[in-house]
Amino acid sequence: MKMSRILGKIYVGLILIFLYAPILVLIVLSFNSSRSRVVWGGFTLKWYGSLLKSTTIMNALWTTFLLAVLSALISTVLGLFGALGIYSMKKRSYRIMLFGTKIPMLNADIVTGIALMLWFVRFLPLGFGSILLAHVTFNIPYVILCILPKLRTMDIYQYEAALDLGAGSPYAFFHILIPQILPGILSGFLMAVTLSMDDFVITYFTKGAGINTLSTLIYGEIRKGIKPEMYALSTVLFFIVLVLLILVNLPYDRFFMTAGTGSVREVEHEK
Amino acid sequence: MNRSRTRFLATPYIIWVIGFTVIPLMFIVSKSLTDENGSLTLANLLAIFDPLHRKALVISVLLAFLSTVICILIAYPLAIILRGSRLTDKNLILFILILPMWMNFILRILALQLLISNNGIINNMLGHFGLPPLAIINTPAAIVLGMVYDYLPYMILPVLNSVLAIPQDVIEAAQDLGSDKKHVITRIIIPLSLGGVGSGITMVFVPSMTEFVIANILGGGKIQLLGNIIEQEFTVTRNWNLGSGLSVTLMAFVLITSLIFGRGTEDTATGITL
Repeated sequence: MKMSRILGKIYVGLILIFLYAPILVLIVLSFNSSRSRVVWGGFTLKWYGSLLKSTTIMNALWTTFLLAVLSALISTVLGLFGALGIYSMKKRSYRIMLFGTKIPMLNADIVTGIALMLWFVRFLPLGFGSILLAHVTFNIPYVILCILPKLRTMDIYQYEAALDLGAGSPYAFFHILIPQILPGILSGFLMAVTLSMDDFVITYFTKGAGINTLSTLIYGEIRKGIKPEMYALSTVLFFIVLVLLILVNLPYDRFFMTAGTGSVREVEHEK
Repeated sequence: MNRSRTRFLATPYIIWVIGFTVIPLMFIVSKSLTDENGSLTLANLLAIFDPLHRKALVISVLLAFLSTVICILIAYPLAIILRGSRLTDKNLILFILILPMWMNFILRILALQLLISNNGIINNMLGHFGLPPLAIINTPAAIVLGMVYDYLPYMILPVLNSVLAIPQDVIEAAQDLGSDKKHVITRIIIPLSLGGVGSGITMVFVPSMTEFVIANILGGGKIQLLGNIIEQEFTVTRNWNLGSGLSVTLMAFVLITSLIFGRGTEDTATGITL
């Protein structure tokens, strides 16, 4: 019994090392004064200083943030109304809408990216606008699947009681309905920000020339060698996220634990 | 709530789905069915049988399959260990698994390359101890390692979720009726958590099969997956019709996989949710 506990701890430890070793490498490299990626040239903070002066990196960072926030806002609003609409649909249209919602989640990123690109080039110059449309497209399904389960488990009679007692429908909507599903809306928004910041493939195909997010900038630099400033930036971002996640205590746990397709099934079962 | 009126709230979303999901898919299908001059052809869809493409497809399926199996083999013992341990604070486990995803994945794959390359960090350490070097960079094994590294959390989370959801009563009942440890695992825990494995399979197999970045970095450009070939048709060769044809084939594979594993497990899922 003792032995198996120790073996268990070693096993968990090995998995943690596997997941975190590359991250440790990146953090160490950000403090390496040698430009070489294999030789340790002594401790330095100079990459953190030159990071602020690198306009390419700062532009890409700004584009990435702006895209993440804008696409998350748009997809949360569209997704909230979409979820409310789907929630009130009859069984058949409910199932059709859920299927349509799942397409971008199930499809391969590379196919989604190429399909959007082929369509965008017809009427839109590829650039910030086309990336934004693409990000909203792949964000909405996750927002809807965060909100829909909350709608299905909330108490609709409270909303109806409010209306019967004379509340106007906007008042009842904002004071009774929204507070009940707020956790779902927030986790949808956070999921959308995460997905948008993390995306490479769809952005790569829909971005056109002359604009870069952090992911596409890094991908373009692979051949020439990654600038050490990039390691510094990712270290900074990593620790910001670490602190933020500790502070907000992970409101989006529910979604990750039911892991995408699982929660859809749950929603379908209940109907 | 007036349901017939509320239904129309979905209108903007429906328009969005048609405009940015349905129409683009129709576009890629129509591109795949035509040649550069716009006349109908099946050549782009049949191009998958071309030896070069067929080889890429076989390797993609094989590597994705291997990565998925390895992820399951790693995730199950972890889930069972965590279930038996006092460490069942799910928020903490979740935090540890999700945190790495916040470091840009291309950078993490590049760091993995630094670790396993021929004169990389691991080989330097092995050399210090007089051990033989590891020579896996630019081989299919390196690509599988990269995929397992990148997608492991997507397998661990649903598997862990369904293993933790099994009521302790069920296990105790089995033990009272004479089940030993092994019997509990094979007859109780595994059958009752297949639903989670189903989600995990879709979430690991699909991205592994359609991947091109990991193969580019860890395969050194020597191993061409279907994703690499499609990417090159769009960025280098610029044969969009052929690229679309191969994409549609890939999409068919992806949809079949998710139908088998995403839907089929619906019956085996226990319905036990947290």
